[in-house]
This record gives sequence, C-alpha cells and structure tokens, in this order.
Amino acid sequence: MIEKKDVEHVARLTRLALTDAELERMREQLNSILAHLDTLRAVDTAGVEPTSHAVDVVNIMREDEVEPCLPPDAMLANAPDRSGAFFRVPRIIEE
Amino acid sequence: MHRPIHELTDAYRRGDLTPTAVAEAYLARIDALDGRLGAYLTVVRDQALAAARESELRWRAGAPLGPLDGAPVALKDVLCTRGVRTTCGSKMLESFVPPYDATVVERLRAAGAVILGKTNMDEFAMGSSTEHSAFHPTRNPWDLARVPGGSSGGSAAAVAGGLAAGGFGSDTGGSIRQPAAFCGVVGMKPTYGRVSRYGLVALASSLDQVGPFARDVRDAALLLGAVAGHDRRDATSIQAPVPDYVAELSKGVAGLTLGLPDEYFIDGMDPDVERAVRAAIEVLKELGARLERVSLPTTKHSLAAYYLILPAEASSNLARYDGVKFGLRVPGRDLVEMESRTRAAGFGAEVKRRIMLGTYALSAGYYDAYYGKAQSVRTLVRREFAAAFARVDLIVAPTTPNVAFKHGEKEDPLSMYLNDVFTIPGNLAGIPGISVPCGFSVTGLPIGLQVLGRPLDEPRLLRAAYAYEQATPWRSRRPELK
Repeated sequence: MIEKKDVEHVARLTRLALTDAELERMREQLNSILAHLDTLRAVDTAGVEPTSHAVDVVNIMREDEVEPCLPPDAMLANAPDRSGAFFRVPRIIEE
Repeated sequence: MHRPIHELTDAYRRGDLTPTAVAEAYLARIDALDGRLGAYLTVVRDQALAAARESELRWRAGAPLGPLDGAPVALKDVLCTRGVRTTCGSKMLESFVPPYDATVVERLRAAGAVILGKTNMDEFAMGSSTEHSAFHPTRNPWDLARVPGGSSGGSAAAVAGGLAAGGFGSDTGGSIRQPAAFCGVVGMKPTYGRVSRYGLVALASSLDQVGPFARDVRDAALLLGAVAGHDRRDATSIQAPVPDYVAELSKGVAGLTLGLPDEYFIDGMDPDVERAVRAAIEVLKELGARLERVSLPTTKHSLAAYYLILPAEASSNLARYDGVKFGLRVPGRDLVEMESRTRAAGFGAEVKRRIMLGTYALSAGYYDAYYGKAQSVRTLVRREFAAAFARVDLIVAPTTPNVAFKHGEKEDPLSMYLNDVFTIPGNLAGIPGISVPCGFSVTGLPIGLQVLGRPLDEPRLLRAAYAYEQATPWRSRRPELK
C-alpha cells in the first residue's frame, strides 16, 4: 500500500505541487490501480529478457556534419521568459 | 461531404469539382456543425483556402502532385504544425506555436493535401474518450450524448461527421483504432517505426505510432502511402521501402489463413459486438479465407504491463514541461517552486495520475518489480504473436469489447483503461492493426473489426480489410448530423 508520505515523495520527484486533498485522492487512486497492476506478479517471467523496443534496431550512425538549423529567435519564440538569446529562469544559486 | 478522397480527386481530374469548392464546403460545414460536435481545436481557414487554390492550379494544369492533391484533411493536435498552435489538448501548450512541421505534416503538404485544422484529443493523448481535453469534449456524430472514443476522437469524429475527408491521429494503446470503431470509420496503426515520429509530441516513445483515419480502406492506403517511410530525423523509423499499398488492395483474401484468438472473445463483451464480429469472420470465410483458432494467453496481462510501461515513459517524456523553454509558466520563488506550480496548473487530473504512477514505478526500489516485470511480459506478448503468425497470415478480432459509451459514464480510471484491452497488445508487440466498420449495435452505434498482422505486413492487412469492406454495405450508412 502506498502511504501519503510516498505520494508526497513522488510528487516532489516529478515536480507537481499537489494540495492535501489531491494527495489523498492520488493515494487512493494509485493504490487501486497498483492493486490491478500487481496481477503481473503471477506471470512467470523467469529467464525472459525484457523488451524495451518492439522493433530490433541498432544504433544509427552518421557523419557529424554541421547542417542548417532553426535560428535562435525561432527557438526562443515560445519561451515564457527570455533575456537576449537565453531562456531566463528564477535564481538557482544564491549570491 | 461523405465522399472518400479517391472520389474527390477523380472528380478534380474530370473537372467536375475543384479543390477550392470542396475546401469551402468543408469549412462551411465545420462552421455549421462543429459547435455541437467539438471535433476541432483550431481551424486554419485562410491557409486551407490558399492551399486549395494552389491545388486547383495544379489540377487545371494537368500536373497534380499525386492522389492526395486537394484532399481536405484534419490533423490531431499532437502533430507539430509550423506557425499553427499545437496544444496536445493541454493548458500546458495552449499558446505553443511550433517553429517546424512534423515529418508527417511535411509529407502531406508535399502531396498537396489541404489541412483544414487541428483536432481535439484527450490531454497529451492520455484517454479513451476525448472527454479529457483541457478545452472541450468531442461528441460522437452517431449520438451526441456518446463519446467518439480517444484519444484521437477529434479526427475520428471529423471524418465520420463529414467535417474532413481524411485525418491523422496517433495510436499508443489503441488511440486510432478504438475511436475509428466508435465512429464507424477506418483507422490504422501501422507497424512501429513505419511512420516517422519526428514532430509527434511524445507520449510513450516505444509505443507511439502515427496513422490515418479514412472513409474507406482505399483512402487509408493512400494516406498511409503518403506519410510512410524512413526519416533520418527519427532514429527508430524503419529503413524498408514503402510498397504501393493501393496496388495490393484487390488481391482478395482467398488462400489467406486468418487466426481467431480465443482471448479476444471474452465474457462480458457486448453481445452486439460479438455477433457483428463473428458475422464478419463468416464473410471473410465465404470470400475464401481459411480460419484457424490461435491462443495468445498473455493477452490478459497486457493491460497491466501497458499501464506500467506507458506511465513510465510518459513521466520521463513529460518532464520537458518545466516552464522554461516553451509552454505555460507559473511564477515561483525559486526554480523548483516555479516548476512544481507550472506543472500543477498546466496538467489535468489524468496526466498527473499517470506521471505519478510512472515516476513511482521507476523510482528506487520499485524498478524491477514494476517496470522490469512489465518489459518481460512485453517479451511474452511479442513471442506469442510471432508464434501465431508462424501459423496464420492475419489475426481477426473485435477492435473494442463494447460500442461508444456515454459522456461521464466511465469516471473510474480503471474502467476507462479496460476499453483498450484488445488494442494494447498490438502496440506492445509493435505490429500493425486496422479497424474497419463491421456493422451496428441494435442502438445504431458502429462496431469495428480489427485485423492485426506481421510487422510491415500492412499490404495484407489492407487487402483483407478491403475485401471485407467491398463485400458489405456498412460504409454507405452515415450519421444524421444536422
């Protein structure tokens, strides 16, 4: 069973500010969903390799060549906040 | 307004119709009906008319770009369109305007298609009803009280309701095939990697695939042919050449062996669905197909495996919405507070739930028990399909266990998830699947027949769907949307 402190921990990891009511509702719903997902434990997967990708592909290599790319202004056009050619964020390091 | 694309372009060739007149008629119909249907999030009237006029000049000069030149199509709002906002049905991307086109969009433009607009979807493609768009729900053209399916419900409803001649969606666990079944149109999920994912906003990268919605199977073949093929900008796209899908259509099903999986005819499924699908299988038999029972025992665990793999990949993909580079930002005292408030305000309840589930499943101490286990179950699903396809050419089954349900009927997340129980295994295995209309319930709602095939065997899939479609009357029935 997931407890409230587990839900708080996961919310912190994934950067979601949840209210107390949301945390409680999330706890109930995650427990109900996980109870269903726990049915997987019954499947015998001893010695079965995991599949991360349905199609077998190998690394695709190419020459490291400079190609045209979008101009900085196009890349910054959707930025919530910018300063010149940079994305601006709240202060991370104290002075 | 219910003519398939191949009939429209035949009429362009003869000079009986022009792309401009057709685009204008579609835009007028959208104006008249979409207030009630809610299929579109954005309509690009001026761009569509400009593209139609260019198409008209090409047809007049006897030099069309191909069989899609002048075809009015709708795109799920998960495909990036240069200069046209792409929301993914989310407040997070409400004002996001991509600086580039997805490869699929680029190829459609190069084929002369007329893009009418961007269609509604469950937020970030998480859902099976298109009720969970942050903007408005989409309604089913056959019964406005019911859902069109999802997450690509907007494109399905647009094509079914005559608000687009064709459309595109994305299918991660059934998001093309299930709404196609609910809306009575053809919907196809190609082999994973057959169509480039470049510019498709990612949900679960190992499962996502773009595919067409169409009025008939011939249109589905045309639309797929226009966008399929290798793209160096998507390292997972397959190198194999693209066959001429239309040329294969009329080869019939005589001599093909069709597998009937025991696990896809289950207790609790809608008796109307079972009756229609079994009748469809009889039609295929009369057309010369051989039938054989097959078993895919891990089917019953596919849903659980999927609901670990998908949230895990989604939680990682959606980490990019952090209020820094694009999308919503809600201010905070420091970076973490800004990010946490932005994500709390920008994401809806279902997205938050799956991000939380995925983060939990990937977190320290739980990885092997959940994500690792699910990936091993995925291997079993692949092996079982491979074993079945060693004996049969195609697998036929229902697309969904039930017909379209009512808005608000499935409030419990788990009951919503169960809707995709027959479509999810195809995504886990990466194989192609198509849903083709196969009749109606006693209440007049469409039912879908699903055909699954070997990787890259889209030609045979389309062949079987076409043979069935041509032998049955379903595509002549249309919703009375007034």
